[in-house]
Amino acid sequence: MQFLSREIIFSRLKYRRIFSLNKKTPIDLNLLANQIRLKTLHMIHRAKSSHLGSSFSMAELLAVLYTRILRVDPNNPEWDDRDRFILSKGHACAALYVVLAERGFFPQTWLDEFYQDGGHLAGHATHVGVPGVEFSTGSLGHGLPVSCGMALAAKMDGRSHRVFTLLSDGECDEGSNWEAALFAPHHKLDNLTVIIDYNKIQSLGTVKEVLDLEPFADKWKAFGWAVVEIDGHNLEQIEKALRTLPAAAGKPTCVIAHTVKGKGVSFMEDKLLWHYRCPNKQEMANALSELGASE
Amino acid sequence: MRDAFFDALVQLAEQDRNIYLVVGDLGFAVTAEFAKRFPTRFLNAGVAEQNMTGVAAGLALSGKTVFTYSIANFPILRCFEQIRNDVCYHKANVKVVAVGGGFAYGSLGATHHATEDLAVMRALPGMTVMAPGDPAEAYAATQAVATHRGPCYLRLGRAGEPKVHQHPIQFQLGKAITVRKGGDATLISTGGLLETAVQVSDALLSRGIRCRVVSMHTLKPLDEEAILAAVRETGAVFTLEEHSVIGGLGSAVAEVLAESLGKPALFKRMGLPSSFSCKVGTQEYLRAQHGLSVESVTGTISSALDKNRVFASRIESSVSM
Repeated sequence: MQFLSREIIFSRLKYRRIFSLNKKTPIDLNLLANQIRLKTLHMIHRAKSSHLGSSFSMAELLAVLYTRILRVDPNNPEWDDRDRFILSKGHACAALYVVLAERGFFPQTWLDEFYQDGGHLAGHATHVGVPGVEFSTGSLGHGLPVSCGMALAAKMDGRSHRVFTLLSDGECDEGSNWEAALFAPHHKLDNLTVIIDYNKIQSLGTVKEVLDLEPFADKWKAFGWAVVEIDGHNLEQIEKALRTLPAAAGKPTCVIAHTVKGKGVSFMEDKLLWHYRCPNKQEMANALSELGASE
Repeated sequence: MRDAFFDALVQLAEQDRNIYLVVGDLGFAVTAEFAKRFPTRFLNAGVAEQNMTGVAAGLALSGKTVFTYSIANFPILRCFEQIRNDVCYHKANVKVVAVGGGFAYGSLGATHHATEDLAVMRALPGMTVMAPGDPAEAYAATQAVATHRGPCYLRLGRAGEPKVHQHPIQFQLGKAITVRKGGDATLISTGGLLETAVQVSDALLSRGIRCRVVSMHTLKPLDEEAILAAVRETGAVFTLEEHSVIGGLGSAVAEVLAESLGKPALFKRMGLPSSFSCKVGTQEYLRAQHGLSVESVTGTISSALDKNRVFASRIESSVSM
């Protein structure tokens, strides 16, 4: 396999915008998801950081959300009527930053500075100075309660915007999520949607080994949520689920997206190792090749 | 103080439709009037303080002024990270209110003793910290936090404290109030021990010591000028708080003194040791057990002043020899 230096790859990729919503051009969501993975790979590799697996498992979810679902305006990030999106699994923020840059919330060059001294983008989702990041996360179990507050405020004020929160599966160990899970149906927050990136692997083991969540869908149903289960890498299923909200009148919706950790790079898929591991040179070259970067 | 808080809050909510109250299933009867008059702006979040605080942040980030309310440590420590990350980091306009500061719930045991709250709240970036000394200050502090934009912590005592201020007060966030004038020493008090401080000052006067009493109702931002004036004008500074001596008023004043370039002052902190109270009893009982009764504080101050005088005269005589 031909080895490509990361500088060469980066220079080849970094300014290539692959879609523009404003121009109403058709968007190839497979290409966008691939782009999310490629750029995330570069960012994490350059930063010598972690969470590739967690970023890859939600690439399709972000691609659909930011092109087909969320009503947001890169030219007016603070727009009052914007849909709110909180990435509660803040450790996977590299992928979020990529899609925000693609949407034009901030320059693509910022991605090069991920994790770097003096850069704009920290290693967990950060709102300060970063347009488009609705809420800073990094400590797990914070996104859903805040989303409940935002959804409740929208209801109280008679506003039509919606609130979306993307959770990891491991983060569902946090009790605060279950406090919020009680709260949202009680207050009939049908403008709130939780999406769970259920890749079945958390920090130190599989979800089943560490703290089993099953029967997962039944738990959310028992708490009063409308639950939809989808293949979280199937673009059509994702779009269909997120276009038919709420899934039941008067209830918040929980979309359990069955995903594969590290999806898109065969040797990372479904491997605990790639929660934390940063690729070495050879792994980087192999991963780039699998993602089509050397073509 | 609790009643003064609710009186002020109801009045504020009357004028400002943006004020919300979120409680953690506590405040039986006392929240009733607010709930009745502003049902759409009252929310009982249940026994779930993490979610209560997260929801409050979400409401505040949607433009509302939100008070969270519970007793003792529950609205602070149980959800400390939500206060740090969701509220302070996002500069959310949330006012955390805890009733039962110090030993107010003394007999209920150490879980209900709020004795480190000021320390942890003071350490949070962007957090305003207030501990009013009597109902009049509690009323004014409630108004102050409601109009101040950004995160605030309001420590209240219990219900039924005596009114210390006999006249209308000039109240300003971050500006200490001199309750008793005096030039021999200064006793700086925060929270519900203000009445004790005034009684101590009276007791000291009968011993010929004119002790200034300063109510430091705002711990952050701290009125450094009032502290430095106390050093300059009285030479001896004592702090009094129903809180651990670590991190609260005493620490805050010590930081100012240590970094000031003026002449050294006699300084002593009076508060609680860094240990759980294993004694059972009322607030008055527990205060006395920890050296915070009028008699104990009076004795501590007067003996410290005595020792200092003896020490000073020894230095003087050794210098003149």
